Amino acid sequence: MLKNYFKIAIAVFKRRKFFTFISLFGISFTLTILIVLTAFIDKVINDNYPDRKRDRSLYVNKMTERGDQSYNGEALSFYFLDHYVRRLKTPVKLAVSSDYRGTNTYVNNKKISISYKYTNADYWDVTEYDFLEGKPFTKQQIANAERVAVISADIKRAYFGDVPSVVGKYIEADNVQYRVCGVVKNVPVTLYMLYSDIYLPYTVSKTDYSSNTGYRGGYYGILLAASSADVPKMKKEFEQMVKKLPMSSKEYNKIYCPAETFIPAYLNTGNEDKSGLVYALTAIAIFVLLVMLLPTLNLININITRIMERSSEIGVRKAFGASSQTLVYQFIVENIILTILGCLIGIILSLIVLKVLNNASLIPNLELTLNFTVLSVGLLTCLIFGLLSGVYPAWRMSRLNVVDALKAQ
Amino acid sequence: MIRLQDIEKVYRTDTVETLALSSISLDIAKGEFLSIMGPSGCGKSTLLNIMGLLDAPTKGDIRIDDQKTVRLSDKQLAQFRNKKLGFIFQSYHLINDLKVLDNVELPMLYRSSTAKERTQLATEALRKVGLSNRVKHFPAQLSGGQKQRVAIARAIVGKPEIILADEPTGNLDSAMGNEIMDILLQLNKTEGTTIVMVTHDENMARKTHRLVRLFDGSQVQ
Repeated sequence: MLKNYFKIAIAVFKRRKFFTFISLFGISFTLTILIVLTAFIDKVINDNYPDRKRDRSLYVNKMTERGDQSYNGEALSFYFLDHYVRRLKTPVKLAVSSDYRGTNTYVNNKKISISYKYTNADYWDVTEYDFLEGKPFTKQQIANAERVAVISADIKRAYFGDVPSVVGKYIEADNVQYRVCGVVKNVPVTLYMLYSDIYLPYTVSKTDYSSNTGYRGGYYGILLAASSADVPKMKKEFEQMVKKLPMSSKEYNKIYCPAETFIPAYLNTGNEDKSGLVYALTAIAIFVLLVMLLPTLNLININITRIMERSSEIGVRKAFGASSQTLVYQFIVENIILTILGCLIGIILSLIVLKVLNNASLIPNLELTLNFTVLSVGLLTCLIFGLLSGVYPAWRMSRLNVVDALKAQ
Repeated sequence: MIRLQDIEKVYRTDTVETLALSSISLDIAKGEFLSIMGPSGCGKSTLLNIMGLLDAPTKGDIRIDDQKTVRLSDKQLAQFRNKKLGFIFQSYHLINDLKVLDNVELPMLYRSSTAKERTQLATEALRKVGLSNRVKHFPAQLSGGQKQRVAIARAIVGKPEIILADEPTGNLDSAMGNEIMDILLQLNKTEGTTIVMVTHDENMARKTHRLVRLFDGSQVQ
């Protein structure tokens, strides 16, 4: 039966080449967009380099205070993390790092844009950067405010060229010379809490990190529990600490500073009433709907025309024993065959687009890949697409009266 | 084999009501070859479609092989047609995208049969109509007479007890028409298949066991 459906499907596709082209183009183009989107989301959410201990980490990246007339929300101060968060008992380590800042440097009269970030020593223990050479700076070096730096592989190549080792050499950033102590694998810019070209000890910061004793500043924290089982306890302890915090000003009456697992923290809006996760899912759903709606409607239209052209065949099949249900099944199978063909083209197109995007470096260090998750989402989308665009035309066709269908030829 | 009782068929639109068949009662015995004649628009094809359960009467009862068919569901009707009935149409109604063998196999797709069984039965049916050498051809590569022979092979592949033929020689010249008629007569004689044929051709009708004439939707002979 399936072989027969397959034969007729291929024959119909060949007969109406332009319709087939339009259908395949619609399906493959839609799938390409969705696969690229999925690859992007998958990279941001599932790629756990360099924070490989996500299962036992909580991220703190925003503090908001609000009153009846006022609102203030931004990243945290070094003081808040060092003074309040460090005193918690459950975390075994606390990684502190600043947001990344940009500067320019010059090599052989060539301008290079560099981002830099300040960290503490625990940052290197909480995260697990892949050191291509050298090692991170130590507590002692931080205490001594030594001008040392860990740099990314990309900036090593851009600044020093293709040399085997740069540990011990000097790199200039923000008009200061830093001695390179380590080189790490690149981190994509989408991981804004961890991305940088150069990592520096927080003690060499030009702005006095210790003078700001308010809650807010330009720092993030990652709290590491001894085990994943301790994470709820760590979260609770953090929340209790936040509850006890006095308001920084009389104009505020509410304080919001969550310690969250990676994804909620990544999407933190700074407002407890507006979940970033809900916003992100809604935005993705609307985007997917819009991307899929047009080709689906187009395919439904083409399918109706195609099927109605075949009313004589429908009449014959019904006369010789096909029930309406069997015919619905046949046309859905045919549509799924078309969709699968479109999917195969879509996957090839996606591989090309991903390669072009990766080579173009539109987003620094973001290496998009077509892995099992991305492919599964793509294939599932195809199946839904095939069903959606096949069911309605098949249902309409199955209602055709046999005598009318036979007369149509 | 087929019993029609007081069959009436009315086509209704918003403004017009057309009586296509009126009080038709007919008994067709097992193994009988019956032809239906009448002027164009007298209701011959409508009657044949009602016998073939392709269309429902407005009033009346149809029994085939002693089974009441009026209240059968879509699925039951499909199964019934598949097992008991075979159709031959004036314009052949072959599926142009499928090869001759695949066209003939079609009724067997809706039964539980293996691909091997289907091929065997279809090859056998094509042998009976003298088209063993055309199995790999597409319908567009055949003459009108050959197409109708493929349509006959398709109608007999499932060994139905009844064949309903709607002007099977209508699109053919007399030589080809005679060839088709001979095949149908042979089928009726050797297999005992009950055949009901609509025709305009008196010569063809005379070769059958019985002739029924219709005029303006009523039986006149």
